[in-house]
Amino acid sequence: MQISDQLTQYLFSGLATGAIYALIGLGFAIIYNATGIINFAQGEFVMLGGMFTVTLINTTGLHPGVAVPCAIILTTVVGILFERLAIRPLKSATPLSLVIITIGGSILIRGIAMLFWDKDTHALPGFSGDEPITIYGASLMPQHLWIFAVTIVVIGMSKIFFSYTISGKAMRACSYNIRAASLIGIDVRRMVLFAFIISSAMGSLAGIIIAPLTMTSYDVGIMIGIKGFCAAIIGGMSSGFGTVLGGLLLGVLESLGAGLVSSGYKDAIAFVILLLILFIRPQGLFKKAETERV
Amino acid sequence: MKRLIAVLIGCVAVLHTGMALAASSVRIGALFSVTGPASFLGEPERNTLEMLVKNINDKGGIKGTKIELIIYDTQGDSTKAKQLVNKLIKNDKVVAIIGPSTTGDTMAIIEDVEKAGIPLISCAAGIKITEPVKKWVFKTPANDHLAADKIFNYMASKKQKTVALLTVSDAFGSSGREQLKALAKQKGLTVVADEVYGPKDTDMTPQLTKIKGAKPDAIICWGTNPGPAVVTRNVRQLGIKIPLYQSHGVASKKYIALAGAENAEGVLLPAGKLAVYDKLKPSDPQQKVLREYDQAYRKAYNMEASTFGGYAYDAFLMISEAIKKGATTPAQIRTSIEQSKKLVGISGIFTMSPANHNGLDLSAFEMVRIVKGDWELAR
Repeated sequence: MQISDQLTQYLFSGLATGAIYALIGLGFAIIYNATGIINFAQGEFVMLGGMFTVTLINTTGLHPGVAVPCAIILTTVVGILFERLAIRPLKSATPLSLVIITIGGSILIRGIAMLFWDKDTHALPGFSGDEPITIYGASLMPQHLWIFAVTIVVIGMSKIFFSYTISGKAMRACSYNIRAASLIGIDVRRMVLFAFIISSAMGSLAGIIIAPLTMTSYDVGIMIGIKGFCAAIIGGMSSGFGTVLGGLLLGVLESLGAGLVSSGYKDAIAFVILLLILFIRPQGLFKKAETERV
Repeated sequence: MKRLIAVLIGCVAVLHTGMALAASSVRIGALFSVTGPASFLGEPERNTLEMLVKNINDKGGIKGTKIELIIYDTQGDSTKAKQLVNKLIKNDKVVAIIGPSTTGDTMAIIEDVEKAGIPLISCAAGIKITEPVKKWVFKTPANDHLAADKIFNYMASKKQKTVALLTVSDAFGSSGREQLKALAKQKGLTVVADEVYGPKDTDMTPQLTKIKGAKPDAIICWGTNPGPAVVTRNVRQLGIKIPLYQSHGVASKKYIALAGAENAEGVLLPAGKLAVYDKLKPSDPQQKVLREYDQAYRKAYNMEASTFGGYAYDAFLMISEAIKKGATTPAQIRTSIEQSKKLVGISGIFTMSPANHNGLDLSAFEMVRIVKGDWELAR
């Protein structure tokens, strides 16, 4: 194998993993922008999407085309319940205590999932077969193309939603200034609920399309949630291209690091990047520093 | 005065025999990580032990001696294991202890059982448990290096000289990695790539791309599910034709299901005989025990028996053999276990000695190849 072929393989592997991080990171960013909190239960939505799909396909024999939307709906219901039961009842809670609540919620969801299903890992067949395809000397699975395609569609749709719809604009208004948004008549609480609906749907979609590659189990959400969070931080918590670029960058650096330096440092690379960015550019790589007008 | 003493002695003697008659039961303790991260070990172990004890008591016990079983859950937490072992020794006054499920838990309680003089039969695989030998401590799972040895012997028979390692970065993987490297050196094999991956990693193509570039004769992957299943899929994705060996950590049908039968085709691994008992020669002394265990477990729990449950099976077998031979005190049980010769269990055939408290040899494993989603003995 030529070194150039190896490099393309690292690059493609990295982009494929990075696209997954980006999808999950977007879920973090959307909730953050609407509510100012970081929802650490985002990884559990990813897990729920995958697990619901596996259960629906294996137990009821549903066609994947039917099972996938059902799984997204079920996860969204969990997202709504989570917002109603854990986030909304708290009046004037600080973002910090809400963040801690989401951590508690994620442990609860994971525990229930463990009891409801089991501790085993489950596999899902690929959407369009398992025959690898070769691109420029690097090989990818057909499922990777699905991931790229879904990521692109999701970015496109969120761009349209946030720029051209009333609800999207209202959510953006909340992200700039919640008090001002409520003064001009935006129902902030509804926007928070919307944010949870969108991000749980998005998280479960991510969980479903990655399940054929990565497999799924009740505890799959922890690590993948952290990586998605890294992607969102690198992208400066933007709900658009920033997070996507952050995810891709993280994936490629991890893959190149594992291939060219040492695979022992793979996770360390991700976290070193995260720390460096938090120290040097806390506003993210792709955002201009905001100036506050006094 | 003398008469009084004689009466007293008489009373004590009567009481004593009375107690001995009434107490025709022995109390055995067990510590398993039934919940928590190592529950995949603790759960089948607890199930197995409960099933065995119930069967024996239903049949009237071992030579009329009923077994009283006390199981505690360590949750894979060494601090908890330490508290619970003291509870077993001091409050419950057990004569022997089975478990714990993990090497960490076992190491934590060794000093307690050594001090109290209670035999412990661990269900954890770590080599440190019985090397160096501790007077009161035994273990039933085979040492990892036996599995590694089995792979290298097979490689030698296929004239494979260079090897790439891909190990998981947890306790199982790092202990495996150390032993693979040491053993490779001893056997004159060259390690051309030494890569690791995280237990929750979902894509190992970067590591495998590097390994592909190093052109080894064989790849050895050391981990427990789901990592090795991902590796197996990635090997096929990258079109790598180098023989792939897995460890005994994935010797269950679950691995084939996760990796996909097509992807796992041709993968070689050292498996405990439980996975392949229906493929063994009828002359194999273990076959009958393995079949009976698997069928009983399926009947009781509607699940395939696992190697891990087998660890508890063997531990209980040793204790019940000791009781059968008339041992009742902890010290007698310990001596009797140490004298076990050719004891046919699930993990292998045990021959203990004062210098060997594990008692298994290379025959504990069989090299198997995955063919069409099933095991086949590799020759």
